[in-house]
Amino acid sequence: MADIPKPVAELLDAALVGELTVVDGAGRPVTYPLIPLWDGERVFMTSSTLFSRKLEHINGNAKVSVSITVPVAVGGRHDRALIQGDARVIDSDPHGEWERLLPIWEVKEPSIVSFLKVRVALPLFFERALIEITPRRVLYWSDGDAATAPAETLVAAGEAA
Amino acid sequence: MRSTDGLDARTGLDKLATFPYQIATWVGDDGYPVSVAVDARISPTELVARFAGPAALAVPTDRDVSLTGSHIRPQPGYGYDERRHVTVWGRATTLDGGVALTADRAWGWDESEVPFFEYSERSVGQSRKYFDALSVERGTPVRPKLSLGFLTLRATRLPFLTATIVPVVLGILIAATHGSFDLVAALLTVIGASFVQLGLNVANDVFDTASGADDANVTPTQFSGGSRVIQYGLVSFRRMATIATVCYIAAGVIGLILLATHGSTALLVIGVLGFIISIGYTAPPLKFVYRGLGEVAVALGFGPMMLLGAYVVQTGGTLAWEPFVASIPVALLAALILYVNEIPDRRGDAIAGKRTLPVRFSRSTVVAGYDVAVTAAYVVLVLAVVAGILPVPVLLMLLTIPLALRVSRGLIPYYDNPYGLMSIMGVNVQLHLRAGLLLAAAYAIVLVVGAVAPGVSLFI
Repeated sequence: MADIPKPVAELLDAALVGELTVVDGAGRPVTYPLIPLWDGERVFMTSSTLFSRKLEHINGNAKVSVSITVPVAVGGRHDRALIQGDARVIDSDPHGEWERLLPIWEVKEPSIVSFLKVRVALPLFFERALIEITPRRVLYWSDGDAATAPAETLVAAGEAA
Repeated sequence: MRSTDGLDARTGLDKLATFPYQIATWVGDDGYPVSVAVDARISPTELVARFAGPAALAVPTDRDVSLTGSHIRPQPGYGYDERRHVTVWGRATTLDGGVALTADRAWGWDESEVPFFEYSERSVGQSRKYFDALSVERGTPVRPKLSLGFLTLRATRLPFLTATIVPVVLGILIAATHGSFDLVAALLTVIGASFVQLGLNVANDVFDTASGADDANVTPTQFSGGSRVIQYGLVSFRRMATIATVCYIAAGVIGLILLATHGSTALLVIGVLGFIISIGYTAPPLKFVYRGLGEVAVALGFGPMMLLGAYVVQTGGTLAWEPFVASIPVALLAALILYVNEIPDRRGDAIAGKRTLPVRFSRSTVVAGYDVAVTAAYVVLVLAVVAGILPVPVLLMLLTIPLALRVSRGLIPYYDNPYGLMSIMGVNVQLHLRAGLLLAAAYAIVLVVGAVAPGVSLFI
């Protein structure tokens, strides 16, 4: 079990959207809204090959962050978090490997299962890679206010490995 | 925010100002991105966004900083909708604990402006690039996949076979009411005609890819824009050309069998003309659909050719006015499927030089054209009954008028909205199918009445 604060784990469990930030080839941050999927150990996200530029960036630079900031996407909670970590792209089988995350994806987006049944309608959307993020550092704003210094938690490399 | 790629900084800031807060992001000294929610005051005219510096986190001034707005609307039991996000980048300056970011570029997506399907279609090149890179990395081709069943369904556009089955079955039924019926020949006719249409569907993709029409179309729907299997990398161009050839060869072989067993001059002429129309639909040098003759080709091919062809196979070459007249409403409704499906394709078609009717004419003319043609289908039917050419039960087809009205009324509001038009295109396909089924039912009634009460005429 990765040693991240319990409220942050709850935010990850609840969040319908989080902001994945990757670093492009020029060293600039690029932010993508994606569904964060937390398995108690790592943060997972998935990306269609249609929108795979982020995967190219991760392959070039594994350092990423995931922020949870949208109150409406976490059931009205106002606390916020930032998880920095090392990302790995898993794409040995873009056609079906990502489907192992369907059980936790379906909890947040029930319609995904019915969409998958008619993947013939949008085949490339369902050619996907997994983004596996191992947390290294967590910042947590209990009141969601940037004027307050966040609580910081360092996650040792071995703990989340 | 039509573009999904670069936005100008001013537009990006205009968009960013509509979000209740923004996420400031930069790359920290340790190389990890840092994000924090801030409440920015945005001045698009100055190209500046100002916000209070976050506590305990120093916003750098020597590298790019971004501000992102992100929005969804949760939909319990479904997921979410109303997706939109925008990011602006620029350099920050700090003064008295405040931060001012001067924007120089932006990027974003708003699904209310660029529908998800269009956004996906515009991103197909990125997917291909990704698979190409994977292939190079692994030293073996890596391609997107679909199950064989789904792939066959998609590549051949199998569900559209109703356009063939309706006229062929009708021709067979009319021949049966005239006392001619051969089950084996009927089955061969259905199969052979189906291969012609499958060949046409696949060849259409091949030639539209070669001409660039399908690549230029970023708003395909399930009814228009081709199967996309070549564009998506699911099937190679060469394999699609092979499939089309195999379909035509299969159709040709069945045609030769029918000629050998039920041959007639009429069948030979209809077969040759049908073949020319099918191949010439998109293939050079005829390219009917590129010349604004696609609707005429479809009307002839999926009307008189199919219906009379099936009829003469059964009758051994005898022609009659009844099957020809019965084919007219079917032909018009089949042509109208193409006609309506060309509406969302018209921009891509125009770029590729396909001078279809919706490319050539204005919206009001195209809609009026639909109304005239669909009205003609019903008028011909009624006049043919009154003239005693068609039996009274075919008036059952009038039950489909509400569907025709739905299509007609839906064309104007959704003319520029391909995804809104999808439901209308679906109704239009149903109109053809149900009209055909009702005509077939009418001839089934004629057959039954003929068997039960031979002396009763169902003609006026």
